[in-house]
Amino acid sequence: MAPDVTAATAASPATAANPGRFLRWDVLVGLLLVAVLIGGAAGSPEFATAGNLSFALGDLGEIAMIALAMTLLVVAAEVDLSVASVLGLSSALVGAMWDGGWAIETIIPLVVVIGGVCGLVNGLLVTRLGLPSLAVTIGTLALYRGLAYVVLGDRAVAEFPPGYTSLAVDDVPGTPIPYPVMLFALLAVVTGVALHATGFGRSLFAIGAQVEAAHFAGIRVKRIKLILFVVSGTVAAFAGVVYTLRYGSARADNGTGLELAVIAAVLLGGVDFDGGKGTLGGVIAGVLLIGLLRNLLMLNDVSTEIQSIVTGLLLVISVITPRLVAAARRRRRPSPSPAPPPPNS
Amino acid sequence: MLISSRRSTSATALIGPVLIGLVSIGLTACGGTTKGSTAASQSAAAPAPAAAAPASANPDAPIKEGIKIAFLPKQINNPYETIVDKAGIEAAAEYKGEAKEVGPSDASASSQVSYINTLTQQRQDAILIAANDANAVCGPLQQARSKGIKVVTYDSDASKDCRDLFINQASSEEVGRSQIAMLSDLIGGKGEFAILSATANATNQNTWIEFMKDELTKPEYKDMKLVKVAYGDDDDQKSFQETQGLLQAYPDLKGIIAPTTVGISAAARYVSGSKYKGKVVVTGLGTPNQMREYVKNGTVEKFALWNPKDLGYLAGYAAAALVSGQITGAEGEKFTAGRLGEYTIGKDGEVILGPPFTFDAGNIDEFDF
Repeated sequence: MAPDVTAATAASPATAANPGRFLRWDVLVGLLLVAVLIGGAAGSPEFATAGNLSFALGDLGEIAMIALAMTLLVVAAEVDLSVASVLGLSSALVGAMWDGGWAIETIIPLVVVIGGVCGLVNGLLVTRLGLPSLAVTIGTLALYRGLAYVVLGDRAVAEFPPGYTSLAVDDVPGTPIPYPVMLFALLAVVTGVALHATGFGRSLFAIGAQVEAAHFAGIRVKRIKLILFVVSGTVAAFAGVVYTLRYGSARADNGTGLELAVIAAVLLGGVDFDGGKGTLGGVIAGVLLIGLLRNLLMLNDVSTEIQSIVTGLLLVISVITPRLVAAARRRRRPSPSPAPPPPNS
Repeated sequence: MLISSRRSTSATALIGPVLIGLVSIGLTACGGTTKGSTAASQSAAAPAPAAAAPASANPDAPIKEGIKIAFLPKQINNPYETIVDKAGIEAAAEYKGEAKEVGPSDASASSQVSYINTLTQQRQDAILIAANDANAVCGPLQQARSKGIKVVTYDSDASKDCRDLFINQASSEEVGRSQIAMLSDLIGGKGEFAILSATANATNQNTWIEFMKDELTKPEYKDMKLVKVAYGDDDDQKSFQETQGLLQAYPDLKGIIAPTTVGISAAARYVSGSKYKGKVVVTGLGTPNQMREYVKNGTVEKFALWNPKDLGYLAGYAAAALVSGQITGAEGEKFTAGRLGEYTIGKDGEVILGPPFTFDAGNIDEFDF
């Protein structure tokens, strides 16, 4: 199977194939992140303090975790827009069960499993009925959020055990890194290896680049996609647990709109929404760049409106730049192979 | 794990582990951390009061100059909150402090948290917050207080362990009693009236109505008779229809009190377009923007709410009094809030703004919310 997969990867459009000459976008995002870190430390006395970094990183924990699973999906040319609703449903379930006198040790695994089931539903609808994931998960975005309100209504449940809530905000001793971010780092390593150093990862790129070719190469496309959706739901539900404990407040509306922050980070990280291209490092840099830039702007009293304009511009640039660079390269040095087909969306 | 599981044959392979998981969870269910088991330990380990707070207040301490305070509303660009915060910023200018308003663009539970962190990092002297979620803001506010930052809530309180003071816009008792006094004034102290409330179990409205009924037992209101409490469920259409029903059922009705902003504007709209205009008095609690039209066309002579400007102004001065050490937040301490005069801290660190503010044709155009 391996040779076919490699062939499929190599067949992916030329834009990402020879990164040597020009700076790749994900590297650029990484450099931008370093610039923000250095500029922030130099220009704002509060920025590079342990207290601030710990908070800013902790604030990104849930988005970052979900972005890992989302990267795998987007590389395979799928998307899961229901993640924030799964997070909200998970939060509502944690609240309702805690209020009902269940043990937190029971609630957490149970809720995570339910998240996996939510993902399974998405995955089955996409793979068995052949529906586009965009449409399916817009539907379940509304469905799962609705269920969250059915479970908890307008109530807010609080007073979770202090041992667990502090686990969600406290730093690993001696570092400015909160426990959930440490967990994210571990997950990131696992995901990075899976995506970039295994046959499984290569098959995701193959599926994203040319699904028919991948299929004929013997890759079990539907099975892999189903797994990705289950992973996405599971991670989102776990993020919901972290979110609930971090804020110490379970509500049905928790995390509303968070899916857009995740998608934005994946997009900024240089993952192509047509599938088949992208790196996990780029996504992680994207998450950190959006989060730390926002933190820096807030510390300098930049208004919310300007913050969203800055983030928005960054995203638009991240979509345009690689395409402009690719176009310029084609014009300068016409390649013998035909230009990549235009995105089919 | 991902790699190996893709080799198995069908979706049922995924269900197996799930079931095993559920069973094992069920087994561990006994003896875990539950709400009941932590309630006791939690109250024992009640949040340590802000350690930095000075032990005693010095009521004669002058207000320090250059105090840095920040208003964190439920969301920015909300006209009501903008008025509150602007007045607070003006108060700070009076005592030569530096004040600003920052905040999220959405009023979700968590969106204020990153702002609290930022303000903590900036070492503001006081944070004034209208909490979106009483608990979600609690941890970060405690962290701010542990760094010596004073926390004042206004408009919407946080858990009382997480702030020094709460500026309450109006006491329930005063809201209830003043409604009867206002109606009595409008109908000459005589006649039948009805109440158009929100839902039958709305906490605020029911408390106010209890105080209204109690006020009615006073001798000066002996000629006024409450004939019915109707419920419009804070739904515009339902409130409109309930008003219609009341007027048909009680031909001698002289007035309607609607202690809810939805109810009063629906009642005013119905009366304004009916033959009852000018004959039946509508009053209650409303906002100037909703009521302006009916005040101008004579349907409503006056109605009440609190004055958001005074709320922000008082909060601004309360923060300065805390920072300057005039007060610590304990019950019975007094401080002076500029033009509003002296205030005393009540139970649970609450400061009550005062009696509701009456809006009429003479002052309604000064308000835009």
